[in-house]
Amino acid sequence: MKKLLLGDEAIALGAINAGLSGVYAYPGTPSTEITEYIQSSPLARERGIHSRWCTNEKTAMEAALGMSYAGKRALVCMKHVGMNVCADAFVNSAITGVKGGLIVLAADDPSMHSSQNEQDSRFYAKFALVPCLEPSNQQEAYDMMAYGFDLSERLGEPIVLRVVTRLAHSRAAVEVTEPMAEKALSPSTDQWVLLPGIARQKYAKLIEKQAAMLQASEQSIYNNVKESSSRRGILACGIAYNYVKEAVGSEANLVKISQYPLPEEKIKSLAERCDELLVIEDGQPVVEESVRGLLGAGYRVKGRLTGDLPRTGELTPDSVAVALGKEAGAVFAPAKNMAPRPPQLCQGCGHRDVYAALNQVLADYPEHRVFGDIGCYTLGALPPFQSLSSCVDMGASITMAKGAADAGLFPAVAVIGDSTFTHSGMTGLLDAVNDKANITVIISDNLTTGMTGGQDSAGTNKFEAICLGLGVEPEHVRVVVPLPKNMPEITQVIREEIEYKGVSVIIPRRECIQTFKRHAKQRTLPQTPPLQGGE
Amino acid sequence: MNNDQRKQSAPLPAREGSGGGSKVDIILCGVGGQGILSIATIIGEAATKAGLYLKQAEVHGMSQRGGDVQSNLRLSTEPIWSDLIAQAGADLIISMEPMESMRYLAYLSPQGRIVTSSKPFVNIPNYPDEEALQKELDTLPSTKLDIETVAKDCGNPRGANMVLLGMAAPYIGILSVESLREAIATVFSRKGEQVVEANLKAFDAGVEVGAKQ
Repeated sequence: MKKLLLGDEAIALGAINAGLSGVYAYPGTPSTEITEYIQSSPLARERGIHSRWCTNEKTAMEAALGMSYAGKRALVCMKHVGMNVCADAFVNSAITGVKGGLIVLAADDPSMHSSQNEQDSRFYAKFALVPCLEPSNQQEAYDMMAYGFDLSERLGEPIVLRVVTRLAHSRAAVEVTEPMAEKALSPSTDQWVLLPGIARQKYAKLIEKQAAMLQASEQSIYNNVKESSSRRGILACGIAYNYVKEAVGSEANLVKISQYPLPEEKIKSLAERCDELLVIEDGQPVVEESVRGLLGAGYRVKGRLTGDLPRTGELTPDSVAVALGKEAGAVFAPAKNMAPRPPQLCQGCGHRDVYAALNQVLADYPEHRVFGDIGCYTLGALPPFQSLSSCVDMGASITMAKGAADAGLFPAVAVIGDSTFTHSGMTGLLDAVNDKANITVIISDNLTTGMTGGQDSAGTNKFEAICLGLGVEPEHVRVVVPLPKNMPEITQVIREEIEYKGVSVIIPRRECIQTFKRHAKQRTLPQTPPLQGGE
Repeated sequence: MNNDQRKQSAPLPAREGSGGGSKVDIILCGVGGQGILSIATIIGEAATKAGLYLKQAEVHGMSQRGGDVQSNLRLSTEPIWSDLIAQAGADLIISMEPMESMRYLAYLSPQGRIVTSSKPFVNIPNYPDEEALQKELDTLPSTKLDIETVAKDCGNPRGANMVLLGMAAPYIGILSVESLREAIATVFSRKGEQVVEANLKAFDAGVEVGAKQ
């Protein structure tokens, strides 16, 4: 049976049908739809497949590893920067090895459509010495779930499955197979205690397995070879393969790379048939660098490092066509009457009232800095508010404000969302409390994970208790309702807490306008169905 | 337009693909929240039913918050490789907003066409001069219409996107107008007959007024 699926949905359904027992994830574009699909799948519900959102990628990775330890198949999903958050657990899961199949899904975002960098998760697979799968289309994304779980169990290692935004968020028809049964509970009897003496033995085992991983890549059905009379060889990784096919059809002498470690023999054989190699990969020049080492300095290797393809940004059919010597480009000139239309906070959003109040108060403190964080409220950096001085990574608002305050900066204010606070802000707040840092933390609580479309937020209804538990003084945990009519009260509270020489937390709390509308619609739906062709 | 006429209205010829089959590449665009993904869903449903190959790249995440949004929709009688449309490759730009319709001119084929709402959605301080914008649009191969008014006139004020789809329907050569009507019925069926009828009415109005442009 064929189904029209987003790349993310193909991954989700592929996992369910491969006998998945649990998905563990924190929302992050472009990976969010995988977990959402599993949450709404009737089969997943019937089987009781775990799919509740986790607090962050590290807790997700560890829980998935625990499920694997117990002998069942687990999937952990995140956007690329989530790999940084779970890196400790991930890298060490290669040392422990796995029991039930474990797939670590990393959704990279070249061109940074919704991200702060374009790091390439293939580096992580190489770093941890485990295989990486990189599907070129939705069908492969589906098929690679069963394939990946099998490979993981055969090697006894986690598998990284790397996709990019254009695959994650593109739809195509996928041939769907019958669901397999889940694995039975059968906890590992191996040694998983990574004390140095044991870890050394386990690490040696991981090194031993490298030959088997390489052999799996050489024999992989996903690393296809196409031969032609062309003297230019092409290494096309993941979705780059599509752009090559689009530009030159079957007139290519190429190796498609969809499984790592790199199939060295296939690449050497291609190099022998050709005079030069062009490496086409979405993301960073991971393969280009490796192939240079593999073929030696005397062999000409082209790609992003040589300027044949752009050094940054996602590949496009145009950039690949140009690299292949084809004509490409626009016919119509750019429009004259044109302006950028950046994303902005929704009308009626509570974050707007928070920034309006904050700006009003901080106008009296010319030396102030506001340290921002990751979420919808990062848009407070743009006009009309322009309130933020920084946005770096999940949780950095609180800890950066603390460091700046330690240096003597005043007032140092942190703005963080509810979901980001429980993801990575709580530990930083404990540091601040223990140091009695002079900071004002605003947890702008909209009762959801808004940026990614309104997923449950782990700390809802617990924020006051968390702050008090971490040692913030009760009189300096203040809750307000961010509405224009409350502006006098909110500004008064902000002013008082800035003036307090210690840690204070202000919690403006009002439901996200998007989830509010959705909930209102759900409440009224049975009586009056909305007449619209809307989304 | 009655049903018989609708069936007879021959679709415009679709462009020939590289392998000799036919294909249509469409850029759907607008401002986040205007309902372009519903249009994509309906075209996708019709294409799937017609047994066509389809790829549809969407924008999710941060860009959806009141910013510019677009979706690449590719339909073909042959397998499609790239999820993205190449520059000068789009046969059709379907836009819910006039300035947004011109944001993707680099992608418009020399034989391509813009079908757009004529009504600006102004949520930025530096929106261009509206008269100059409409004039520039007139110099391009474009069909524009105040779809919101048409939607209101046929009693479905939130069905502007269906009016737009109706306007664009004759240009989606690879799919018949009737197949799009059927897809609307399928996609909205779970919301009840009333919703299906209202959206079909908006779509038909779009087909009708589009033909007069």
